[in-house]
Amino acid sequence: MTEILESAGVIGRPLRRKEDAKLLHGRTNWTDNIQVPGALHMALVRSPMAHARIKKVDLSGALAMPGVVAAYDAASLGDLNANVLCVWPVTDDTVMPPFPALTGDKVRHVGDVVAIVLATDAKSAEDAIAAVDVDYEPLDAVVDMIDAMSPGSALVHDAAANNTCYVYNLGGGYADAAAKADVVIKRRFVNQRIVAGFMEPRAVVAAPMGMSDEMTLWSATQIPHVLRVVLSLSTGIPEQNLRIVAPDVGGGFGGKLQMYREEILALQLARHLGRPVKWNETRSEDMVASHHGRDQIQDIELAATKDGRILGMNVTLLANMGAYLQIITPGTPLLGMFMYCGIYKMDAYQFQCTGVFTNTTPTDAIRGAGRPEATFAIERMMDELAAELGMDPMELRTRNWIQHHEFPFTTAAGLTYDTGNYEAATARALELFGMDELRAEQKRRRESGDPVQLGIGISTFTEMCGLAPSRTLGALKYAAGGWEHCTIRLLPSGKVELVTGTSPHGQGHETAWSQIASDILGIPVEDIDVIHSDTGRAPYGMDTYGSRSLAVGGQAIKKAADRVIENARPIAAHQLECAAEDLDFANGAFSVKGDPEKSVTLGALAWAAFSAHNLPDGIEPMISGAATVDPEDFSYPHGTHLAAIEVDTETGKVRVRSYVAVDDVGNQINPMIVEGQVHGGVAMGIGQALYEGVEYDADGNLLTASLADYLIPSAADLPSFTTDRTVTPSTTHSLGTKGVGEAGAIASTPAIINGIVDALRPMGVTDVLMPASPQNVWRAIQAAKGAGA
Amino acid sequence: MIPAKFDYVRPSTVDEAVAALVAGGDDAKILGGGQSLMPVLRLRMGEPSVIVDTTRIDEMKGITDAGDAIVIGAGVTHDEVAKSPLVREHLALLAAATEHVADRQIRHRGTMGGAMAHADPAGDQPPVALAMGASFTIAGPGGRRTVPASEFFVDYFTTAVGPDEVLVSVSFPKHTGWSAHYEKLNRTAQAWAIVAAAATVRMDGGAIAEARIGLTNMGPGPIRATAVEQALVGASTMAAIAAAAEQAAEGTSPTEDIHADAEFRKHLARTLTKRAVAKAAGIS
Ligand SMILES: Cc1cc2nc3c(=O)[nH]c(=O)nc-3n(C[C@H](O)[C@H](O)[C@H](O)COP(=O)(O)OP(=O)(O)OC[C@H]3O[C@@H](n4cnc5c(N)ncnc54)[C@H](O)[C@@H]3O)c2cc1C
Repeated sequence: MTEILESAGVIGRPLRRKEDAKLLHGRTNWTDNIQVPGALHMALVRSPMAHARIKKVDLSGALAMPGVVAAYDAASLGDLNANVLCVWPVTDDTVMPPFPALTGDKVRHVGDVVAIVLATDAKSAEDAIAAVDVDYEPLDAVVDMIDAMSPGSALVHDAAANNTCYVYNLGGGYADAAAKADVVIKRRFVNQRIVAGFMEPRAVVAAPMGMSDEMTLWSATQIPHVLRVVLSLSTGIPEQNLRIVAPDVGGGFGGKLQMYREEILALQLARHLGRPVKWNETRSEDMVASHHGRDQIQDIELAATKDGRILGMNVTLLANMGAYLQIITPGTPLLGMFMYCGIYKMDAYQFQCTGVFTNTTPTDAIRGAGRPEATFAIERMMDELAAELGMDPMELRTRNWIQHHEFPFTTAAGLTYDTGNYEAATARALELFGMDELRAEQKRRRESGDPVQLGIGISTFTEMCGLAPSRTLGALKYAAGGWEHCTIRLLPSGKVELVTGTSPHGQGHETAWSQIASDILGIPVEDIDVIHSDTGRAPYGMDTYGSRSLAVGGQAIKKAADRVIENARPIAAHQLECAAEDLDFANGAFSVKGDPEKSVTLGALAWAAFSAHNLPDGIEPMISGAATVDPEDFSYPHGTHLAAIEVDTETGKVRVRSYVAVDDVGNQINPMIVEGQVHGGVAMGIGQALYEGVEYDADGNLLTASLADYLIPSAADLPSFTTDRTVTPSTTHSLGTKGVGEAGAIASTPAIINGIVDALRPMGVTDVLMPASPQNVWRAIQAAKGAGA
Repeated sequence: MIPAKFDYVRPSTVDEAVAALVAGGDDAKILGGGQSLMPVLRLRMGEPSVIVDTTRIDEMKGITDAGDAIVIGAGVTHDEVAKSPLVREHLALLAAATEHVADRQIRHRGTMGGAMAHADPAGDQPPVALAMGASFTIAGPGGRRTVPASEFFVDYFTTAVGPDEVLVSVSFPKHTGWSAHYEKLNRTAQAWAIVAAAATVRMDGGAIAEARIGLTNMGPGPIRATAVEQALVGASTMAAIAAAAEQAAEGTSPTEDIHADAEFRKHLARTLTKRAVAKAAGIS
C-alpha cells in the first residue's frame, strides 16, 4: 500500500508558484501577443441563424475592401476545407455527420461559419466580414431535445433520424430491484447548459517556417499533442511537419480541450498562401463558437427499503450534442455513467443515454465532464430519498456508503474504488461546519416564519480522475490512450530539464513537477526547468484534462526521476571505486554504505557524464531518465462538502452563508495549489447552481451572448470557503495522489441546490431549476403554494 | 471587437461641443465616461461618424450648492457623486442609489450625464431624479433650456436630449434631513437591477410625513410610484408600509427577459418598495 508521504524534502510543502512572478509582472506570452511579421488577420462570417440553407455567398464586396487579401466560402476553399474530428464514436452505429471548417450547404447553429476573410490587419478583416453577403433560406430550428426527438421534427442532419446520435446502455436489473423495494422515487433533473468561461479568449497563429516544410501553430489550447495528431489526420499535413505550441494559456476548464475549426482554417490558409495567419476571438464569438457543456435531462429512479438501504438505481438521460460532434462530444455524458452510484452500495444499476442533435453550439467536456451531472443526480436523490423516508440526509448517506474497511470495493457500475474514507472526511467537515447550531437556527427561523429561511446542503461525493488505463479507454471506443510521458535530463552544470507531456494552462505544473523531481533527485526546485506544451521541445504527451496531469503525469515524473538515479549509479560507483549495490542515494548525492564521507553529488556526475573523460566501460556519456506510464486504474478523490444557504423567500434571492469543503485527494504535492483548485472548483460549481446558464429562444437565437447576460460569480458573490483535507493515499498510483482539478466543481453544485431545497421543503418545494436565480426560486415557491392550496 | 472607424473631437466648452454635434450631423455622438457607449461601439451596435469627447469641459464638472438645490455637472463621475458631502447631506437617496451602480472601476469612469442621457431602464439614478423632481439643463444650437425629470425620460434609451444637444447639468431640489434607502435586487454583485426601489422619506414624530418613491426597470423608463407616496403619509407601522407598497406595481408594464417575467417584476416592485421604505423610515 502506498504510504502517506511524509517527505523531508519539498513534496507536501506549500511553495509559492514559480509561474506567478512572471504572470504578475505581465511577462507573459499569450497567443495574441505573438507577433509574426507579415501576418494576415482572419475574421469569420458567422451565421446569425440557427438553421438555414445557404443559397448564395457573395464575397465580392469584401474582396474590394481595403487591406483584404483573400476571402473564401466553402466552394472557393475547395480541397483546403477539412473536418473537425470526433475521436469518440461511442457505439458502432453512432451517427457521425461531417463537421467542415466552412459549412457549404446549411448553417446548423448561430455562430456556424460560412466564410472567412483575410486582411493585412485585424480591423480591415473585421470591416470586411460585414461586406460578405450571404443569402439564407431559413429552416425550422430544432432547439428543445424532447421536441427534437418527436416525429415530424426538422432534422439537424438528414443522416440522424429523430435527431438521434446514439443510444448507449449499461448495466441492468433495475426492475427486479424495484420490485423488492418499499419505496421508489422518481425525479427529473435538468442539468443546464454552461460555458467554460476561460479568462483568455481563444487565439491562433499559424506560420510556415521559412523554406522548410514545417508549419508551426500556436494555439490557446489544452491539448497541443492531441491536436497535432488530429490536425494532421484532418488536413493531411504530415505529422512530422507540424509543430504545435500552446504558449501561456489563460484557463481552459475543458473549453480548450478541443480541435477547433479556426485552427484548421488558420493552418490551411497559412500553408496555402505561404504567409502567417492570425486569429483572436472576441468574447461574443466565444459565447457562440467555443463548445458548451452539460445540457442533460436526467430521469432518475431510486429504489430502497423503508430503513433506507438502496436497492437499485435507474438513470435515463437525454444528452444534447448540439449541432455537430466535436472531439469527444458523444462520450462526454458517458464519462459520468460510472459515477451515478456515487459512494453508495447498491445491488442494481441501469443506465441509458440518448445523444440528441439540436441547432445549438456543439457541447463537449467542461470541468468534470459527465461526473458533475452524475454527482448532482445521486446527491440530489439522496436528499429526496431521505425526505421521503423522514430520515436525516446524513444518516441515510452513512447507512449506504462504502465503509473505509470495505476497500477496494467494486461498485454496481463496475468500477473498483481503491481507497477512501468517507467517515473521516465527513467527521472533519461536520466539526468545521457547526451543524448542530445551524440546525437550531433553521428551526428557529421556521418557527418564526422568517422571510429568510436557512437550508443545509450536503454533498458527499466521489469522482474518477486520470482517464486511464488505455485498455479501458479502448473498450469504451475512445480513440486515444491514457498514458503520460516524462523525460528528465541532467545538464552539465547540474541543473535539470524536466520534459512533460502535460500542458498546464494555469494549474501550476511548473512548480509541482519541480517539487516531485526535487524531492527525488535532491536538486533544488529553482534548478529544475519544466518544459511543456510545445511538440517541438516536449514531443510526447497526452496533455491536460480530466484531472490527469498529476494522477498520470506525476507517476511518469517519479519513474523518470528514479531512472535518472539508476543511470547515474554506475558512474558514481566508478568514481567512488565501489560496487553499485554498495551505494546509498540521499539528498542529491551517492555515498558509500558505511563510509558516508565518500560521496559524489548528482551535479558532479552530470559533469563527469558530459566530459566523458572517465566513464566506466559500456556507459553512455549522458544522464537522463525517461518514462511513459499507463496507470493501473483511475483514482477516486472524494470529500464532504457542506453549505449553509439563506433563501429570501420573498425575492427568491439565495446567499451562500458558509461553505465547508473537506476533500481527500490523497497525498498532496503542494497543498497551496490544491487549495487553489478547490476554491476555483467550488466557485465554478456554485456558478452553475446559482448564476450560469446558456439560454436560447425557440428559434435558436442565443439569449446569453455576453457576460452581461451570462452571469459568472465574482468573489463579492461568494463566502469565504473553509477547506481542509483528509489524506487517504491512492493505492494504484505510485505517489499516492489522486487529482483535484475538478473535485470542487463536481461537489459544490448539488450541495447548493440541496441547501436551497432543504430551506424550502416545509413550504412543499422538492426541486428548483438551475441556475437557482431569484425567479426560479420564487417560481418554485409559488408552484408549491399552488399545489398545496 | 474593434469599433468601426470614426472621427474624434475634444472640445473644451459646451458651445464648441454643440458646434461639433451640429457639424457632425445625425451620426455624431457624445462620449462621457464611455461605460455604455464603448460597449455599443465595440459590438458595432452603433457606428457614429464623429465622437465628441466632453470629458475636458470644465463647466460640466463639479457639484455646487445653489441654495435650494444641488447642481451636478453632467461630467461628474458616479464615484464623485456617491462620495460628495453635499450630496450625502442633501440628497441621501442619490448617494445611496449611486453606490449601487456597477462596480468601483465603472463608478470611477461613468458620469451622471451619461447615465441620464443613456436612460437605460435598469439604470439606478434615473428613478431617483424622477422621484426627487430633478431638472435637466440642456444646451443646443438655439441656446439652453431646462426640462423637468417628468419630461426628460421619454422611452427605452430615449430622452429629451436631441441629437445636436448636450446635457450640461442636473439640478436636484434639496431633501435635507430626509432619510433614504435604495433596495436593489440583482443576481450578481455587479449586475444591473432586475428591479430596484428608491425611497426617501421625511419623518415627523415617528410617522412618515412625506415620501418619494422611484422604481427601476419596471417599464421603458424610470417610474415614480405616486400612489404609494400618498398612501404612505402618516404611516408609522410595518403593516401600514406594507399596505401602501401593495400599490407599487399598479399601472406598470415591465419588460420580460431571461432574468424575470412581468409577473415576477411586479411582485418584486411591491416587495422591494416595502423594504426600501421600511429601511428609510427606520421602521421594522
Ligand atoms: C459592466 C457594467 C455594469 C453596469 N452596471 C450598472 C448598474 O448596475 N447600474 C447603472 O445605473 N449603470 C450601470 N452601468 C452603466 C454605467 O453607469 C454608465 O456609467 C452609464 O450608463 C453611462 O455613463 P457614461 O458616462 O459612461 O456614458 P457614455 O457611455 O459615455 O455615454 C452613454 C450615452 O449617453 C450619451 N451622453 C453621455 N454624456 C452625455 C451628455 N453630457 N449629453 C448628452 N448625451 C450624453 C452618449 O452619447 C451615449 O449615447 C454599467 C456599465 C457597465 C459597463
